[in-house]
Amino acid sequence: MIFGIPLQAFLGQLLVGLINGSFYALLSLGLAVIFGLLRVINFAHGAQYMLGAFVAFLALKFLGVPYWGALVVAPLVVGAVGALIERTLLSRLYDLDHLYGMLFTFGLALAIEGSFRWYFGASGQPYATPKALTGVFNLGFMVLPIYRAWVIVASLVVCLAVWALIEKTRLGATLRAATENPSLVQSFGINVPMLLTLTYALGAGLAALAGVLAAPIYQVSPLMGSNIIIVVFAVVVVGGMGSIMGAIVTGYLLGIAEGLTKVFYPEASNIVIFVIMAIVLILRPAGLFGKEG
Amino acid sequence: MSALLNVSDLNAWYGESHILHGVNMHVTEGETVCILGRNGMGKTTTLRSIMGLVRKRTGAITFAGQDVMAMPLHRTARAGLGFVPEERGIFASLSVDENLMLPPVVAPGGMTLDEIFQLFPNLLERRNSPGTKLSGGEQQMLAMARILRTGARCLLLDEPTEGLAPVIIDAIGAVLRELKSRGMTVVLVEQNFRFASKVADRFYVMDHGVMTHEFPVGELDARMGMLQETLGV
Ligand SMILES: Nc1ncnc2c1ncn2[C@@H]1O[C@H](COP(=O)(O)OP(=O)(O)O)[C@@H](O)[C@H]1O
Ligand SMILES: [Mg+2]
Repeated sequence: MIFGIPLQAFLGQLLVGLINGSFYALLSLGLAVIFGLLRVINFAHGAQYMLGAFVAFLALKFLGVPYWGALVVAPLVVGAVGALIERTLLSRLYDLDHLYGMLFTFGLALAIEGSFRWYFGASGQPYATPKALTGVFNLGFMVLPIYRAWVIVASLVVCLAVWALIEKTRLGATLRAATENPSLVQSFGINVPMLLTLTYALGAGLAALAGVLAAPIYQVSPLMGSNIIIVVFAVVVVGGMGSIMGAIVTGYLLGIAEGLTKVFYPEASNIVIFVIMAIVLILRPAGLFGKEG
Repeated sequence: MSALLNVSDLNAWYGESHILHGVNMHVTEGETVCILGRNGMGKTTTLRSIMGLVRKRTGAITFAGQDVMAMPLHRTARAGLGFVPEERGIFASLSVDENLMLPPVVAPGGMTLDEIFQLFPNLLERRNSPGTKLSGGEQQMLAMARILRTGARCLLLDEPTEGLAPVIIDAIGAVLRELKSRGMTVVLVEQNFRFASKVADRFYVMDHGVMTHEFPVGELDARMGMLQETLGV
């Protein structure tokens, strides 16, 4: 018993919080990567997450591509579509106010989600948990579904890999420099427009990967992205725009905070993240990890 | 002999403001050419236009026989031009080492890391500190060093001595003389007239977006009167 709450319930909600946090972290990481370099708030991120799940669902249904294949194929497909959209449409808006980029991606999200809803209907389609990941670990004090453990591990590994790519490699140094002063970096002979395209593709691909991971847990539905993305934007506001580690850590922390609120004060669990957001905005407007000014 | 860098009738704009009004200049291989002129006359804009950082421009710029005007920004460096900006452009989120290694090598013949650290010993000690923890002089040296690594044939150097202490200015002068002995071509923008007279072979005087005078270093004394008038020194 912890504070009069059965340990079982406590750990169960902690786990639910960690699972949600895994998705928040992956999605806010992608948003932070895109915002850092492109200065665009990617409102299409939820739609790209949904597209990832749908690519997995359709690839299985029509081509027999299994879950493991989908983990690779869906990010590649959605990343490629993202690259195409950035190259042909989004890149035309960079010289205008950043608001236009935001409006464009918002419109894109509405168009994608609207067409999927029209074609597939609003209800969810089940996506079977891959065989190798069915079953549970019995930890003695609780049972942990293997698939959920996998999601937490996969999300952690991917988040840390992306962090290392950006903070520890030569390509990452180029990305960080281009974030500070893109035209100077381009004057060194680096193809910055190409870098922007690849970065958008990376962000979209991360969203799609999260979508595939989510498919067996939440089902595949056209509105799955718009449900989660509002929370993810709150996560990004709390963490501070543009900080990679900040996006990751805040994602997990807020997921856990949400889970624990379900134990201690269930009525508030749907709004706790937004309450935290409001408090952070009052005390530290740049976010927990953002740079002031 | 044809020039390495040729600029003719260069006009340039920031938005609606017309800044360069027909700049003509040329630079021969191995030469150090200095552009003098008061603040706001268009010296920086000239370098930025040659590099391609200012896109709204007309006229002709050729470098080593290539039409630089037609190139996207990321091709100018590959053609052999290297730019060291007035504000130095050291990246805060990169270490000294990462700043140094950022510009890709564009041609063989650039300095090795050993040569660079011999020329700029301070940078070696500070390799792992963040770029902006450096002093102004060290930032200037880093901004030059990272271009010298790339094998650029011509350096566009914007007011390297601005705001620096006399000892550091002397060190930068020594670097420029070393570069000249290696055959590097340099376009130097300077307000520090005494410094420029020690390193430049030829001068242009810029006034309101055009080159008004051009003379070799030998004529410097004879031109003092005109320089005092146009530069206000
Ligand atoms: N980014 C800019 N936008 C608008 N005007 C500019 C900009 N940069 C410089 N200018 C103007 O262009 C003129 C020339 O500036 P600059 O080339 O920096 O002069 P210099 O380097 O000779 O001091 C100045 O009148 C300056 O105010
Ligand atoms: Mg200037």
